[in-house]
Amino acid sequence: MSPPLLEIRDLHVWFDLPHHRELHAVQGLSLELEAGERMGLVGESGCGKTTAILAVMGLLPPTASVAGSVMLNGDDMLAGGEDSIRPHRWVDIAMVFQGAMNALNPVRTVASQIVEPMELHGIASGAAADRRAGELLELVGIGSEAGGRFPHEFSGGMRQRAAIAMALACGPKILLADEPTTALDVMIQAQILDLLVALTKDLGLTLVLVTHDLPVVAQVCDRAAVMYAGEIVESGPMDTLFHGPRHPYTRMLFAATPDLYGDEEVLSIPGSPPRLDESIQGCPFQPRCDRAFDRCETERPRLAAIDRGHRAACHLNDVAAVPK
Amino acid sequence: MNGTGVTEVPLLEVRDLVVTYPVRRGLVGALRRRPRRSVHAVEGVSLRVRTGEMLALVGESGCGKTTTAQAIFGMVPTVSGSIAFRGQELTSMSPRAMRLVRRKMQLVYQDPYESLDPRFRVRTTIAEPLRIHRIGGSKQDRARKVADALARAELQPPELYAERYPHELSGGQRQRAAIAASLILGPELLVADEPVSMLDVSVRAGILSLIDDLRKRDDVGVLMITHDLSTAAHFADRIAVMYLGRIVEEGPANDVVRDPRHPYTKALLSVVPKRDPRRRTAPQILVGETPNPIDVPTGCRFHPRCPVAEDRCRTIDPALRPVEADGGGHAAACVLVGGEAPVRTMTGDVAGEG
Amino acid sequence: MSRILIDPGMVDAPPKRTRGSWIRDVLRERPSAAVGAALLGVFVLIAIFAPLLEPYGIHEQVGPVFGPPSSRHWLGMDDGGIDMVSLLIEGTRISLTVGFAAALVATFIGGGVGIVAGYFGGWTDTILMRITDYFLVVPDVPLMIVVAAIWGPSLFHIIVVIGILLWTTTARIIRAQVKSVRERVYVKRARSLGAGNVRIIFRHVLPQVAPLMIANVVLAIAVAIFDETALAFLGLGDPTSTSWGTIIEHAFLRTAMSRGAWWAIVPPGICVALVVMGCYLLGQAIEDALNPRLRVAHLSVKTFRLRTLAGRGEEAV
Repeated sequence: MSPPLLEIRDLHVWFDLPHHRELHAVQGLSLELEAGERMGLVGESGCGKTTAILAVMGLLPPTASVAGSVMLNGDDMLAGGEDSIRPHRWVDIAMVFQGAMNALNPVRTVASQIVEPMELHGIASGAAADRRAGELLELVGIGSEAGGRFPHEFSGGMRQRAAIAMALACGPKILLADEPTTALDVMIQAQILDLLVALTKDLGLTLVLVTHDLPVVAQVCDRAAVMYAGEIVESGPMDTLFHGPRHPYTRMLFAATPDLYGDEEVLSIPGSPPRLDESIQGCPFQPRCDRAFDRCETERPRLAAIDRGHRAACHLNDVAAVPK
Repeated sequence: MNGTGVTEVPLLEVRDLVVTYPVRRGLVGALRRRPRRSVHAVEGVSLRVRTGEMLALVGESGCGKTTTAQAIFGMVPTVSGSIAFRGQELTSMSPRAMRLVRRKMQLVYQDPYESLDPRFRVRTTIAEPLRIHRIGGSKQDRARKVADALARAELQPPELYAERYPHELSGGQRQRAAIAASLILGPELLVADEPVSMLDVSVRAGILSLIDDLRKRDDVGVLMITHDLSTAAHFADRIAVMYLGRIVEEGPANDVVRDPRHPYTKALLSVVPKRDPRRRTAPQILVGETPNPIDVPTGCRFHPRCPVAEDRCRTIDPALRPVEADGGGHAAACVLVGGEAPVRTMTGDVAGEG
Repeated sequence: MSRILIDPGMVDAPPKRTRGSWIRDVLRERPSAAVGAALLGVFVLIAIFAPLLEPYGIHEQVGPVFGPPSSRHWLGMDDGGIDMVSLLIEGTRISLTVGFAAALVATFIGGGVGIVAGYFGGWTDTILMRITDYFLVVPDVPLMIVVAAIWGPSLFHIIVVIGILLWTTTARIIRAQVKSVRERVYVKRARSLGAGNVRIIFRHVLPQVAPLMIANVVLAIAVAIFDETALAFLGLGDPTSTSWGTIIEHAFLRTAMSRGAWWAIVPPGICVALVVMGCYLLGQAIEDALNPRLRVAHLSVKTFRLRTLAGRGEEAV
């Protein structure tokens, strides 16, 4: 077993709030990423998934403080703060931001925006960079001739492809995609997801797909991690998560998602997520859980191994402790 | 209540609705004598919603589903076609008569964060329709009606929620408050425009079930506009699929989803992600993107992207035809469906029958 | 029955923000606002209690022409031997009154035009905006001079003249805001329910626009006071009233400068400057508070901070 490509250990992120308070946005996230795999990071709004990947990229604002380690090829990127992350950013690990398709510079051509990171990171310049940009545009399905056009001339789907090409400019091994298809029609979504899968296969790219859309992850990813209240509550192979979940939130999240052909009733999860600016007693999901028992109110569950590659943070998995 | 719905006057009947927007040429364009172009948002849509029935109007962005909903409420001008509520024609109604009819038709909006005035308490927003139409009796009567509406929207206890401001509520609660505001006048028809697309997944089912319950319990007819086929498949009785201003397939939800007949519907269903990782169907991904409604293709509007298009599709613009001879209400607009396809003309007449 | 259980998911309400506490927040977060409010407050109090505060009468000669400052007359005397301090206090009342009144006139006209143009759009909007453009383009001071000269000097005329020229900026700002509020979903909802235009404007649009109008009024006061001072200085003010501008004008005409009687000219000027500064500080702070996006600095050299987990071991998963 080769060591994981990326290993996040016990990541915490706090945001400063007025009056000396803090928002504990990420509460001890641990994750391993194998080379070439497609991993989904799933959760609803406010669960901390975007904050977590921004922390990995070192792109958090000055109001944030971070603890934990992010190991890339044995190097802890977080240890030296900005200085230890910068050499890796875009070159080894890149990100497609949420709404990136709307954040393209409107007064510069698409090709020039792909060339820019190449030149900034010393990957290529001049004619070589232009050529490489053209190749990338072909790779993402836009075509190199379109590089001379401006973002407003592109449709939403094409702009998203351009954003992906920009992220790939410096040849990273890992791509973090934050809600890459959320604002797109289902047919375009299929095209983009198809592209991402092809990129992982053809370029050996490792993909982390961050989204709230469970079915998208089910279609595209091999493995997934489910986030709730700033931590991972369950992670494992996609198949296991759907057919044998070991955390009530995972089960209820699937049950809340209507299926095209399924006839089972679709159920809401009552209540709302806990506030992250207050310390949480016991299991963060306990107030909404349909199988909580007394231990859940006092002790916070740890992410424990259920099986090879399958982990869950739930007291119900501790057979000895569950009351009959 | 709705036993023999076949001969009953439908709650809402839209016939051959056409809505176009002119594209502004600007001064330069006018000087250069550029031809006047229009956005053909809706090009002949007919649909029917019966009491106690949910019809889902499904399609991608730009297909005209939202414009159809807006036209029903008179928010955009109708170029031609008829919109009838319980047999009363809306397009030619006087404003006074419209106000009375409007009480029976309510619109639920997509954005729960914007549909409530942030400066009003929930009870004020919910009571506003009563004030606008000057009904509701005394203050106590109104308060009671507000509490009833909140209870119907499952915001219990009503007194607690009535006093809140929108920013103190979660997205799901705001949407329920908006629904309560729609319910207070006792509508017979509810048009829901993407009612849950801005809400978290764990909250959506509750709102959709609420709307479904209103339909079943109070016989409210529902027209649900959505881009999410899974939601439509699950909650709607009937589905109508729109593409570029037209309905290309419609029928009972189960039939449309399990036995699609129009190539667009088939492709759409194949690319909808399924939540079961074992059910990864081979998606039929269409090439390119939906054309701009300004430049609608000639003949069948879907033919440039259609995987099974034939030569004649370039010239024939098919009308909706039943897919089986026995009806069952399942129809599709494709030359490959139901024999020789008649051609539609712009006036909605179906020419070339036979 | 729906399958959702009782929804106890009451989002814990953030601390109740009443209108009053909003103002307190603004004052607390931005010290400049507090300074501005304090300055303005001091002058308003002086203006209100002017007759009680004046140590001497404003028509009472208490010393020689341009008498210098002394322990009994801190700012000396003006060209008529009248105590400067008393004159300044009286001037506060007049200048502030004219300023507030003109600003209110301007805000009412500007707000009204802005709301009507922004809400109704179409030809109404076009016509109103062209009128606004006309007034914007015409140079303020020469027009004020001409109108004041023709119409004759009186406080009322001055207020109207300033107001007429001040409303244009307000109109544009309010119009822009109204246009955006009009598109909000809750307004569209009210319209689709059948609410009349008047109802929508007063219940939905005005409350959204009011804070902006308040910020505008404050800034308009500054401009109005300055304009009045300028007009008075040019001799177009009301000669029977005592405003800071007329004080400066009298002193100037009676050659206070060449006599070295700085106390007759500088203090009124400082008063004008202080009030204008106070208005700007307060007005800017209110504007910033209304538009939170102005405050965020996205480009920052500083980055996130690192923290160790020492002592937090038991929380770590």
